[in-house]
Amino acid sequence: MTFSFWHRQKRESELDEEIQSHLQMAAQDRADRGETPERARDAARRELGNVGLIKEVTREMWGWTSVERLMQDLRYGLRMLAKAPGFTAVAILTLALGIGANTALFSVVNGVLFNPLPYTHPEQLVWLAESKPNFATGSISFPNFQDWQKENHTFSSMGLSRAYFYNLTGFGDAEQLRGRLISSDFFTVLGVNPVIGRSFAPGEDAIGAAPIAMISGGLWKRKFGSSAEVLGKSLTLDGKAYAIVGVIPESFELSLGGFHDIDVYVPIGQWGNPLLPKRGAGLGFHGIGRLKPGVSVEQARADLLRVTSDLAAAFPDTDKGIGAGVFPLKQTMVKGTQTFLLVLLAAVGFVLLIACVNVANLMLARSSVRVREFAIRTAMGASQGRLLRQLLTESLLLAVTGGTIGLLLAGWGTKVAIAQLPVTLPRASEIGLDAPVLFFTIAVTLACGVFFGLGAGLKSARPNLHDTLKEGGRGGSGSRHRAQSIFVVVEMALALVLLIAAGLMIRSISALWKVNPGFDSHNVLTFGVALPPAMSTAGPVGIRAALRQVDQELASVPGVESESLSWGATPIASDDEDLFWIEGQPKPTSDNEMDMALSYVVEENYLKVMRIPLERGRFFTSRDNESAPHVVVVDESLAKQYFGGKDPIGEHIFLPGKGGRAEIVGVVAHVKQWGLDTDDKEKLHAQLYIPYMQLPDETMALSNGTGVIVRYDPKMPAVAESMRAAIKRISGENVMSNTQTMDSIISDSLATQQVSLILLGAFAALALGLATSGIYGVISYVVQQRTQEIGVRVALGAKRTDVLRLVLGTGMKMAAIGVAIGIAAAFGLTRLMASLLFGVSATDPLTFSAVAILLMGVALAACYIPARRAMRVDPMVALRYE
Amino acid sequence: MSPRYQNRIELLQGTLDLLILQTLRWGPQHGYGISQAIRTNSGEILQVDTGSLYPALHRLERQKWISADWKVSENKQRVRVYRLTAKGKKQLESERSRWAQVSDAIAGVLNPANRENQA
Repeated sequence: MTFSFWHRQKRESELDEEIQSHLQMAAQDRADRGETPERARDAARRELGNVGLIKEVTREMWGWTSVERLMQDLRYGLRMLAKAPGFTAVAILTLALGIGANTALFSVVNGVLFNPLPYTHPEQLVWLAESKPNFATGSISFPNFQDWQKENHTFSSMGLSRAYFYNLTGFGDAEQLRGRLISSDFFTVLGVNPVIGRSFAPGEDAIGAAPIAMISGGLWKRKFGSSAEVLGKSLTLDGKAYAIVGVIPESFELSLGGFHDIDVYVPIGQWGNPLLPKRGAGLGFHGIGRLKPGVSVEQARADLLRVTSDLAAAFPDTDKGIGAGVFPLKQTMVKGTQTFLLVLLAAVGFVLLIACVNVANLMLARSSVRVREFAIRTAMGASQGRLLRQLLTESLLLAVTGGTIGLLLAGWGTKVAIAQLPVTLPRASEIGLDAPVLFFTIAVTLACGVFFGLGAGLKSARPNLHDTLKEGGRGGSGSRHRAQSIFVVVEMALALVLLIAAGLMIRSISALWKVNPGFDSHNVLTFGVALPPAMSTAGPVGIRAALRQVDQELASVPGVESESLSWGATPIASDDEDLFWIEGQPKPTSDNEMDMALSYVVEENYLKVMRIPLERGRFFTSRDNESAPHVVVVDESLAKQYFGGKDPIGEHIFLPGKGGRAEIVGVVAHVKQWGLDTDDKEKLHAQLYIPYMQLPDETMALSNGTGVIVRYDPKMPAVAESMRAAIKRISGENVMSNTQTMDSIISDSLATQQVSLILLGAFAALALGLATSGIYGVISYVVQQRTQEIGVRVALGAKRTDVLRLVLGTGMKMAAIGVAIGIAAAFGLTRLMASLLFGVSATDPLTFSAVAILLMGVALAACYIPARRAMRVDPMVALRYE
Repeated sequence: MSPRYQNRIELLQGTLDLLILQTLRWGPQHGYGISQAIRTNSGEILQVDTGSLYPALHRLERQKWISADWKVSENKQRVRVYRLTAKGKKQLESERSRWAQVSDAIAGVLNPANRENQA
């Protein structure tokens, strides 16, 4: 094919030469007959006729291959596009942005939602949890997990894990490592093998086994220079030496909560928590499993239902009412982002549709300039198919150029954009321009090209020869006007849907920001402090002393207004629960009959830090310490739920996990633990406050660090740095980590809604702009076409206001039809985004009507400019003009 | 592209092909030479339009009835010279006999008396 192309080039120049030689010979003959050279040349040229045409017809004789014909169309198309650089640039840019945005979002959707997980036989992988009365996906206790593992018939392997932060010493500065307590089978389930060394063998995860660990490829590189000699070396975590047995590949990732950036894996049995062997303990463990080949999730559920029923019968104290939750792993990973991503993909698809309509409109506008060209070509024998093919070639040329630029934009922009997003996307590292994405882009590009090419082409390629040539090139106005009106209606409708989606997000966000979280999040900082590893043997007395020292140092930092240690739950950021029963009621026979409350283990200044209102009684004082009688404070939800109208103050409750019997001394306001949007939907609302220093000795002895929560003076600079220095002053081995403001915790919890709002808002603004320019263009055109008619009307006595009404009426009719279609479409479509909304219904009448009015108003403004022009038409000038 | 030229080729198709092939029978010749030869041999009556000649030459070449080479003329000019191929010779024979039939037939139509006489 390339050969034939070069061959043709050669023939072209040969034909040129042949005709030149013909001319020269003819001129020579004439000169020989006595004509002057100039006259001879001129006469020969006249005799020859139109050289261009001769060549054209001769070339036709060579015969065309389809490729050559395409090349011809392409060359012609390029010439036409180059002739209108403004149009070409606008069209290509519009398409590049539209296709680029679609490619980017599709690559995200493809990487996150569509692609299989990057493990062997990903369809066999499931996520496991215990279903409990209060939690559909509660944590699995270690003994229960071991029985599930033993008794099931449907899993080829099962693994259990939990986050754990370790203080690493002996490698330069003490630092906190993100760790994971795992069962031996954990990596077997995923089919992930260590790069060097081995995984944990069965039994090595048992309580009392020798301390071993696996490390991440990242830590291996950072601390050991990726040396093979790492195996058998020891790693001091929380002061205990672990022998390194294997290195997990650096590429390993698992998009489950808290599973990012893990540096060290330790067998579960190494955890010194005395509750670990307890069957009823909820310690934050969740499982993964691999189904045997051919086993469905339903079969696995039935199998585990049998296992859990047997366990409930055998251990009614702890296991009554406890079942197993089995969910496909991928579904668990992407649950929170699915709606969000699909809504954005749909929105960006709408933007591309509008972009296509706009380009079709531009092509149509240009086709009015080209009507004469088409008419002449038709007159000269070009078939309509041939003209349509030419137009399609041009539109595909635009689309492919736009698509290529769009692809480059997307390839470059997607990673950048994901890094900038405040939303943590699961599987973000798997997003890229792979084959399905390229296929999608090519399909979208070609569809765009054909769509607006045909849209504009079917109108232009069927010119009415006679009228057009007679009219002097103004023709085709009626059908062009109609096509443009349809385009404008479509643009209006699409823009309305996007505006409504954005409007609903605005209403949701403003509703969310109005929600009172139950505390004042401004100027509050949370962070963790890890104590030196040596403290693990300091015992409860030593640890309490160390914690009091942390309190003292922090309180003396300039800019710290009040501070409290914090253990357990932190509003919105993390939760922790305790079982309890109320004294005077029958003692529960099993854990399951006990009540559950969110538990906040804090100090006397906590209410000052969080500005949570005290409703009744008192909050803690520094005298509520380890040697004083145990007290607790409850929130209004717990008071209402368990005491009804009775005053809970002076009553006693039992807390088996937190030191037993305690007196209720105060009632505080409720805090929205589960987030501004979801707190009302959660079952567990009761909240309990426990004095930090009254934590039981055995719990205290295990503590290798604490959370801290501080209210600071925003006018003081670098309070966080001063606090870090203060903590280091106590011991160089103290580590401060995870510094976060309470405001950012709240803001992060709303990130999905905020990103949706920003993107939908941007898309809607773009759509509004395109639709406005569309309606403005059409009305301007109509006014220009009807200048004469308007002149006649005015001459016959029509008032200026009548003219205004006439023009505005034309525009408003299009806008109204578009808005009506848009409202109908939005009514069906916005319910798909219901899960992103808060405090507003997906078909909120206020949003719908406000947006419709807004769009009509903008359309009115866009029509008013050309309408004023029409109003000023001077009848004399208008009539003379024709 | 121009329908005007296309129509003329259509009109002359058979005839022009025959004339070109016949002209080349006396030896290789370039386009200008062919047009001059036809003119001279027809007693200045048949003027071959250049717009028909070159398309016809290129079509005949594509049908492999004639072949072309670049030569340098007496005037030191590069010219494209066409020659009759073996296939072209056969084609010439069949075109000649067809022409003879057609011209006989036309003659018959134009002079019905002759025909009646013969009958």
